[in-house]
Amino acid sequence: MAAAGLGLCRAAVLASGPGPLRAGVWGRLPPLAAGPRRYAAHFTFQPDAEPSAHGQTQKMNLFQSITSALDNTLSRDPTAVIFGEDVAFGGVFRCTVGLRDKYGKDRVFNTPLCEQGIVGFGIGVAVAGATAIAEIQFADYIFPAFDQIVNEAAKYRYRSGDLFNCGSLTIRAPWGCVGHGALYHSQSPEAFFAHCPGIKVVIPRSPLQAKGLLLSCIEDKNPCIFFEPKILYRAAVEQVPVEPYYIPLSQAEVLQEGSDVTLVAWGTQVHVIREVATMAQEKLGVSCEVIDLKTILPWDTEAVCKSVVKTGRLLISHEAPLTGGFASEISSTVQEECFLNLEAPISRVCGYDTPFPHIFEPFYIPDKWKCYDALRKMINY
Amino acid sequence: MSEGDALPPHLCPVPQRVLRQQQFTSLEEKPQFPGASADFVDKLDFIQPNVISGIPIYRVMDRQGQIINPDEDPQLSQEQVLKFYKTMTLLNTMDRILYESQRQGRISFYMTNYGEEGTHVGSAAALDDTDLVFGQYREAGVLMYRGYPLDLFMAQCYGNASDTGKGRQMPVHYGCRDRHFVTISSPLATQIPQAVGAAYAFKRDNASRAVICYFGEGAASEGDAHAGFNFAATLECPILFFCRNNGYAISTPTSEQYRGDGIAARGPGYGIMSIRVDGNDVFAVYNATREARRRAIAENQPFLIEAMTYRIGHHSTSDDSSAYRSVDEVNYWDKQDHPISRLRHHMLGRGWWDEEQEKSWRKKSRKRVMEAFEQAERKLKPSPQHLFSDVYCEMPPQLQKQQEALARHLRLYGEHYPLEHFEK
Repeated sequence: MAAAGLGLCRAAVLASGPGPLRAGVWGRLPPLAAGPRRYAAHFTFQPDAEPSAHGQTQKMNLFQSITSALDNTLSRDPTAVIFGEDVAFGGVFRCTVGLRDKYGKDRVFNTPLCEQGIVGFGIGVAVAGATAIAEIQFADYIFPAFDQIVNEAAKYRYRSGDLFNCGSLTIRAPWGCVGHGALYHSQSPEAFFAHCPGIKVVIPRSPLQAKGLLLSCIEDKNPCIFFEPKILYRAAVEQVPVEPYYIPLSQAEVLQEGSDVTLVAWGTQVHVIREVATMAQEKLGVSCEVIDLKTILPWDTEAVCKSVVKTGRLLISHEAPLTGGFASEISSTVQEECFLNLEAPISRVCGYDTPFPHIFEPFYIPDKWKCYDALRKMINY
Repeated sequence: MSEGDALPPHLCPVPQRVLRQQQFTSLEEKPQFPGASADFVDKLDFIQPNVISGIPIYRVMDRQGQIINPDEDPQLSQEQVLKFYKTMTLLNTMDRILYESQRQGRISFYMTNYGEEGTHVGSAAALDDTDLVFGQYREAGVLMYRGYPLDLFMAQCYGNASDTGKGRQMPVHYGCRDRHFVTISSPLATQIPQAVGAAYAFKRDNASRAVICYFGEGAASEGDAHAGFNFAATLECPILFFCRNNGYAISTPTSEQYRGDGIAARGPGYGIMSIRVDGNDVFAVYNATREARRRAIAENQPFLIEAMTYRIGHHSTSDDSSAYRSVDEVNYWDKQDHPISRLRHHMLGRGWWDEEQEKSWRKKSRKRVMEAFEQAERKLKPSPQHLFSDVYCEMPPQLQKQQEALARHLRLYGEHYPLEHFEK
């Protein structure tokens, strides 16, 4: 502590107005004396094998796979435009780097800071027949646009008797916990939109999935919301095809077959439950079937029910708070369809019913230990 | 920041419609702020908003229908002016009959356009047929001017099987793809940023098409209005914002809606060319809209037109406006400053109309409306299957299951449902 005190004092004496881009004397901080280092991630990203069916691949992280999908789109669809806050210089998460230079400032452009405007504008572009790709800077900030999404975009085709629609609108937003995001940079708001017939909600677990699903959303003739797990932007790296390819919406994927328990998740949490499946096999000799739901709305009820009929046990996990979270919808449907097949109550391992905390994040998130514990209880029911 | 420290290019602001900032120099003390192009001043003084003598109101005719300044006469043909008149009066007749039909329980809801017919017809006539219209809910005259037939207006109000909207919405929520009139939705002002997006797409298309977006002075208080104005200006869109300032938002008078000089005064705040017109003067509305349209397309910038008018009718059939305004006030506008009377006086003055034609037209238009009305009332409603279609482009499995569940339910309990009024 003395060393720290001396260091700070010396720093204060030597202080002179620092330049904006140089750390200067302030960069020499005393050695870390106490307190945890900022911790390692709660998951290990598990890349999928390089696909052979779609031609040449390139090593890409998640944000690069998004850029690739957007690049493919702007190249093939002359009506496509990308817009939102800060997308022109490449975006705060680098998803749109290079696109403005390549395709022009009329196709990749900044909007004023106004989410209701971004989505409303995007709806109008789509109504006029062009492809609109709107970026919301963080899913936490999507709420000013909630009226435009729920009351307008989702209902456009239905209320007009199919005279008008905004099917060529896709909204993208960074989503989910990132280690330090706290209340307003960590949210997973999919449950709010799951309750809204007329839109589609899609969440990828990896770069390979992201590119294929995003391209499907853009092609899809319904307005889609595409949530991108921000913690994976740099952390997730795979060999991704350079050319476009399409992963179908509303189709869940069984990543690992099993006979004793079904585990369902989406986005980052898929990697958590994959690890839980390994732990269950090693520690308990329990065989897990792991499902990535991918599309929240409309969701693949058939795939999940088929799995639960086989295993008899279901665990659903998501970062979003427990009450009213999407696990409730899955749980409710499965107990209706598979009641007699169930060996144990359906388990939901989710965030607590609190706002997303900052310093308490390691305690808040539904990590592999909580999932493992819930699984153990289900096996022993 | 010392000299020599240049900002990287992607952090430099790009001036568009503002004057280029001075090159950075340490010789003179001129403002260098990226946020405004202005001079320094050393006297503390607040800008006083001017609401006593606000933006003046452009008009062409006086209340007797005489052209005031011959240079402003749009010089429309007799045929065209007759079309204006017949559209306004046919709308008025349709309004009376459909309002009455709601009072008699024959349709569920209605909104009249009394007093605002001039804003609809003057602006509609100034547009090209393919210009896209986004409305709020009190613009039926625009659709009527474009030739939307009476039986389709009625079909929508009755929600019958001829309704192209498939019976999904409350009355007066019209839409017509062929006539480029986007289907009305109830939430206010949501159409404003959407209209801007459509205009942007038209600009990219080099289509020489404009978008017009109608809204009331109440809806202009919504955040979506602010969003739309700002986006239109920054993204340089060929759009006309047409505000019908009719004095009331249901019961809320303008004195409780805003404190500034109406809606026109907001335009310059966004960098938007703006004008205030007499909405009851169909030629003024026509001239302003026509010029705004021409320039919006030629210059790729938005125009804001605030048409001053008065809502003579109640807000809707769910409203009785005698609860918040005097009958005398309403009568003044109905009798002394009505767009239809003003145009009629003009036409009489030019020898383009007379009492005979007035009587004959009233009879004929009423007959047309009654015929359409009776037909619409007799038709069946669309099949309940249409409850489930068009939620998505394709019907997802869950919805198919729900559709089948309703079909099964109706087989068992159908007697408790008004199935005889619906197609199978």
